[in-house]
Amino acid sequence: MFACIFIPDFPAQAIIRFESALRACPVAVLSGRPPLQKVMSINERARQMGVDTGATKSQLEAWENLVLRARSESQEASAHAALLDCAQSFSPEIEDTAHGTALLNLDGLAPLLGPLPKIARDIAQRVLQMGLEANIAVASNPDAALLAARGFSGVTLISDGHEAERLGDLPVDVLLESFSSDAVQAARWVETFDRWGIRKLRALAALPEVPLIERLGQQGLRLQKLARGTASRSLRLLGPPQIFTESVELEYPIVLLEPLAFLLNRMLEQVCTRLHARALALQEPRLDLELAATQPDDCESCSATRDSEFNRLPRTFTRTLRLPIPMLDAKIFLKLLQLDLQAHPPGAPIVKITLTAEPARPRSLQSGLFQPVFPEPEKLELTLARIAGIVGEDRVGSVELLDTHREDAFAMRHFAPLESASASVNKVMQPEKQKKNVSMPTSMSERETTCQVDVHNKFERHAREQMSAVIALRLFRPPLIANVALREAKPVRMRCLQREDIAGEIVWTAGPWRSSGDWAEQEGWSREEWDIAVPAESSLVLYRLVQDKFSGHWFLEGMYD
Amino acid sequence: MSASTVFSSAATSRPFIFSLPLSPNCPEKSAAKKPATRADQILASANAAPRLARVVPASRLDIRPSPEMVSSGIPQLDSLTGGLARGCLTEICGSASSGRTSILLRVLAQATQRGEVCALIDASDAFHPASAAAAGVEMSRLLWVRCEEKYQSRKHLSAARLGRSAGDSYQGMPSGISQRAKKGFGFSRWKSQLEQVLKVSDLLLQSNGFGMIALDLSDVPVESARRIPLASWFRFRRAVEYTPTALLVMEQQPIAGSCSSLVLKVSAVRAEPTNPTAHSKLLDQFEISAQVLCSRLEKQSERKPMQTTTSFKSWAAWGV
Repeated sequence: MFACIFIPDFPAQAIIRFESALRACPVAVLSGRPPLQKVMSINERARQMGVDTGATKSQLEAWENLVLRARSESQEASAHAALLDCAQSFSPEIEDTAHGTALLNLDGLAPLLGPLPKIARDIAQRVLQMGLEANIAVASNPDAALLAARGFSGVTLISDGHEAERLGDLPVDVLLESFSSDAVQAARWVETFDRWGIRKLRALAALPEVPLIERLGQQGLRLQKLARGTASRSLRLLGPPQIFTESVELEYPIVLLEPLAFLLNRMLEQVCTRLHARALALQEPRLDLELAATQPDDCESCSATRDSEFNRLPRTFTRTLRLPIPMLDAKIFLKLLQLDLQAHPPGAPIVKITLTAEPARPRSLQSGLFQPVFPEPEKLELTLARIAGIVGEDRVGSVELLDTHREDAFAMRHFAPLESASASVNKVMQPEKQKKNVSMPTSMSERETTCQVDVHNKFERHAREQMSAVIALRLFRPPLIANVALREAKPVRMRCLQREDIAGEIVWTAGPWRSSGDWAEQEGWSREEWDIAVPAESSLVLYRLVQDKFSGHWFLEGMYD
Repeated sequence: MSASTVFSSAATSRPFIFSLPLSPNCPEKSAAKKPATRADQILASANAAPRLARVVPASRLDIRPSPEMVSSGIPQLDSLTGGLARGCLTEICGSASSGRTSILLRVLAQATQRGEVCALIDASDAFHPASAAAAGVEMSRLLWVRCEEKYQSRKHLSAARLGRSAGDSYQGMPSGISQRAKKGFGFSRWKSQLEQVLKVSDLLLQSNGFGMIALDLSDVPVESARRIPLASWFRFRRAVEYTPTALLVMEQQPIAGSCSSLVLKVSAVRAEPTNPTAHSKLLDQFEISAQVLCSRLEKQSERKPMQTTTSFKSWAAWGV
């Protein structure tokens, strides 16, 4: 059995899908260049008022309550994609028949989804959730289902063998609109059938075959089979989409964040619904904002210069959220986008919004009783975004030590502890495995900043054996400039220019430790380190004093604590 | 307990019993001279009966379970305090070069090795990643928040234009720092950072899921740190209560008042400067002494520990 989903007045419904407030209003969609715009689609309320397709804009002025909208191909594409997603959620075999029309193969779905009437009702309900009102028809062959969906409103079920009986009352126009690609040829056939007195499909189905072929050819025979509901064919199957896109063009540019957030919320809900229908999730939503063209202030300047400057102005503003795990919560995406736009405003009014989502497999995590406490990934992302708004984007995250000998060489990474959570579970449940041995600095005169794995392996084992603390260094960022007095090439007195409380006689000195690196790079460095102790109030404070060999300046790099 | 019986015209034959005599001029001696009434007999029998159990005050009705203790990674410290308490605020205070940061890194290392996610709110951006790696901290599970003096957080742009860049202070949460605190020794320099610390702490405590959250206020002057209102500490304690999160505060002197469940003071024990061999021991075998200043962790089943101080050694990462 096959089902057909048909969206009547598809261009109007595509617009109403995005502006749900218009569902209770009569809506007419205009196409063409002004002032020759004509109505190309209307909704049912406008039809009841007497509005007809083909009317010009001036003729529409007679209806005061009529809402006029320009045709939006991007919204039609989004609506059609949503329709296909809905169909995909029921059956893996679907056909993209036409704009606003999809065919599904329902064979073998009864044990999974229930009887056919229930499936048809569920499809109608799911399409309604997408913001579209559809006609659903179920028949034994795709073409009969398509005819029934185009001809009958609501949910229609045609049992096997009763196609001709059910389709017989439909007008011939429905048949020709559904299966004729040439409008001129279709108009000729309508005229021919009208001359013959054939206005319903029942009459066409009752014609003798041979005389019909003699007059209309094989195409006429095909039309007769369609009218009888006996044509059979296979579906032209559609593959899953690679990218999910929602787009909206604005009549008036947006300059405030709040209305933009309102529109983004609608778009995100649609995208998440479509992804959910396909059991997918979203990991990298991309937002493309088309900005209004802005011209330089001095319009009286040279036109050539003005045009070149105008062309250089950015027209599209793109922001991409890179999440550590796939998610499917529209509210969280909205909040993250809001926080991101607050930190990075587009800089100009917005005339078009496009939301692109690359699908990803939803994450699956095996929960356990003995796992340590862990923050929720969705909540953690929001928290990190808020913290970034307080302290700065590059000042929150996890640390990655760089494989270099330069002091304090590290990079801030996005905090994503989920990847290591499973490793920690294995660590808890299994005995510790022996980590690889790493060579250590051979002499105390050589102090190196090594890769995180090397340091971690060696000293973790040592600290565990000793079960005590490793002495820590607290850095001054940036390092404090110091005036140092030397005696016999050793520092004996120190005064910090930026901190008056750090000054005095140096009672202990250890060093120097010399190191240098990146000689081939422009950022080469060479330094001499001393560990010193300076009296402060009732105790001694230990510092690391560094001399830059290139400039000769002394710096207080940190304090041992 | 003496009692006097009064008969009111509004409630005839219903005695009102007061704890004190109604009139100083009406001593018990005069009452004893009166003939014993039925009420007096009742009172006499009540007084003769065993005293009822004391009424438990409402503040003690709630029996709170003992907090779960986790190891700090330093056995001497664990034997002194029993470890660090989850769902409680712990303060570790000490002067410069007393060993606070060494303890902090060891505690974070222990927590991250247990598989817990930890957060470090660094008020003065003094965290040294290499020292943390040497201590055994698993960096992938440590969230480092670096507060900065000059960063201006974004303004809430609900009514702002998208064409402009971000504005001034973040309006999502009150900072808690009073306006009068602008004056004072060096406070203006630390005001921005302390505001960031408080806001970030609020966010992290509300998000839940962290095994440990550490606030590093070690470099914040005492006068500035004391400007943090007590209400903030109460809020933090309430937020962390009954959660598996241990809240740790590093500072120069205790500032959280009664909000903290454990206050430790650490200091360094070093050889005399005149000792000629002490130069080689400058950083090697750096000995740290820890003293319990205050502990509000009630353990009903255990006796109060006799020991209040302990010491242990720390090792230089390059000395192994």
